Amino acid sequence: MEQAVAIDKRRNNIQVTKGDRFYYMVVGLLLTLLLIVLIYPIIYIVSASFSSANAVTSGKVLLWPVDPGLDGYRAVFKHSLFFRSFENSFVYTLIGTLLNLSMTIIAAYPLSRRDMPFKGLIMFLFTFTMIFSGGMIPDYILLKDLSMIDTIWALALPGSINVVYLIIMRTFMMHSVPSELLEASQIDGCSDTKYFFRILLPLSGPVIAVVTLYYAVGHWNNYFHALLYMYTPEKFPLQLILREILIANTMETNMVSDPSLAEAQQSLADLLKYSLIILSSAPLLILSPFVKRFFAKGAMIGAIKG
Amino acid sequence: METVKDVIRIGKPLSRGNLRKNLKHWQLMLFILIPLIYLLIFKYYPMLGAQIAFKDFKPQLGIWGSEWVGMKHFDAFFQSYQFERVLRNTFVISLYSLIAGFPIPIILALLLHSMRGKRFKSLVETVSYMPHFISTVVIVGMIMQLFNPHIGLAGVVSQSVFGQPLPDLFGSPGSFSHLYVWSGIWQNAGWGTIIYAAALAGVDPAQHEAAQIDGASRFKRILYVDLPAIMPTITILLIINAGNMMSVGFEKVFLMQTDLNLRSSEIISTYVYKVSFVQGSNFSFASAIGLFNSLINMVLLLIVNGVTRRMGGSSLW
Repeated sequence: MEQAVAIDKRRNNIQVTKGDRFYYMVVGLLLTLLLIVLIYPIIYIVSASFSSANAVTSGKVLLWPVDPGLDGYRAVFKHSLFFRSFENSFVYTLIGTLLNLSMTIIAAYPLSRRDMPFKGLIMFLFTFTMIFSGGMIPDYILLKDLSMIDTIWALALPGSINVVYLIIMRTFMMHSVPSELLEASQIDGCSDTKYFFRILLPLSGPVIAVVTLYYAVGHWNNYFHALLYMYTPEKFPLQLILREILIANTMETNMVSDPSLAEAQQSLADLLKYSLIILSSAPLLILSPFVKRFFAKGAMIGAIKG
Repeated sequence: METVKDVIRIGKPLSRGNLRKNLKHWQLMLFILIPLIYLLIFKYYPMLGAQIAFKDFKPQLGIWGSEWVGMKHFDAFFQSYQFERVLRNTFVISLYSLIAGFPIPIILALLLHSMRGKRFKSLVETVSYMPHFISTVVIVGMIMQLFNPHIGLAGVVSQSVFGQPLPDLFGSPGSFSHLYVWSGIWQNAGWGTIIYAAALAGVDPAQHEAAQIDGASRFKRILYVDLPAIMPTITILLIINAGNMMSVGFEKVFLMQTDLNLRSSEIISTYVYKVSFVQGSNFSFASAIGLFNSLINMVLLLIVNGVTRRMGGSSLW
């Protein structure tokens, strides 16, 4: 008896009615179903990537790997541009994100200060670029004139400040860093620059982490700008190589005259796609549960109207 | 005359004061200087470059040296047989995405918020965020693999359950929009709940308790407590989405295009890309189309924002 009362107390003394119990059952079932729909394609691809080429093409793989092996992965590693493009993507992501961060931070700081002159005007200049832009062609001509085409700068510079992330960062600096700190430091004779380096930057850790992740994921997954601006295959990022193999379906196949060998090679090419999907997405997928909290926080900061 | 004098008299000391005030903040101005230069070069200069839509662009003459031709390229676009097609496709795809994709994260967030088990909730959240991290290229590659009539999962299942092979979905114009929209929902519905979850977390528990004491069931509490609490968030997101109606993302559509489904998959942005980089280099014509698209977007955003403000709801500015 006592136990029952204790439990009731925890639930604010309000008992769950029969109707509600039914509701929880139905919704629980629905969400479980959704869970399966979301996770199943991912599990399938993981399993397929570890199966043999034959098992995949004949449709034997349904949930778990069949004839487990690493043929697909071996084939990926043999691809001449895979490691190169992986490396390229890493460098583009690293440098691009660093540039993004420094530009966004030095823009967000003055705009977060209430006493900043022309704040409204400058903010308008930024937000206006969200609703109107010159478009694909003028951007391209500009980069060509600056001879940045086919260099990392064409990927890193044009989008170095994302206005949404700028607003997120500015909102954080305005509302989550106490303004008393600024006043106190000013009284002590701290300059605007010193305040930035000594006080604001160390306190902005959380928002910097969030925005770093947003930018980095954006760089890693972007293919469109590389498609427009990069010409040399040795400079291609991973996503562009992925596009060629997964979608444009171009494979480095040796000229094989034997039809049975060609067939085997075709099914290996299909298996390779699964392994490639896993290899390229694994870093972010494994990371996602851990950074989930960060991302959610960023979305919440962004939800506050700037 | 007097008023002008007044302005000058009052204006002078004022502007000097402004100058001094601004000088006091020279360090802040220095901070914003580089971002401003970036903004002018990479965002505002290309806006001037959009003038090639009204010119016949020749690379050797450059943007400024090319000859003005007025509305020639716009007329050519409006008269081409592609005009109606790309406009319709853009509209259909975005409207379909909005109608199917907008309510689902809301429903999902409400249901998830109403559940009791903390672990279960967290599991559903983690799993539903996952697809968001997969790149567009890989998502399209996944759809192509899974719906491959011969070796794909869907093809194999269809063969064994219905006894007939799956039609080639990528080769038929009719199924393009469904594939596009529903794979988008699969990828982003979970991620889309975050913003609503944040709003729901701010609901005062006392409201729920009061409703419970009055005998409201869990479902009724969703309708009368939770939903009204996230209504402002819903409105703002609806404005943004409706304003972006005609700017369907280039990336995914372009990847999903095949020669066979082009009839229903060619949209404004992919057409611009092809006109300028694939089928030739008609930069002026492509710019005219792009500019036309930008203008539609801007007008749409202003209209939607104006309407919601008139109705007394939330607005963007």
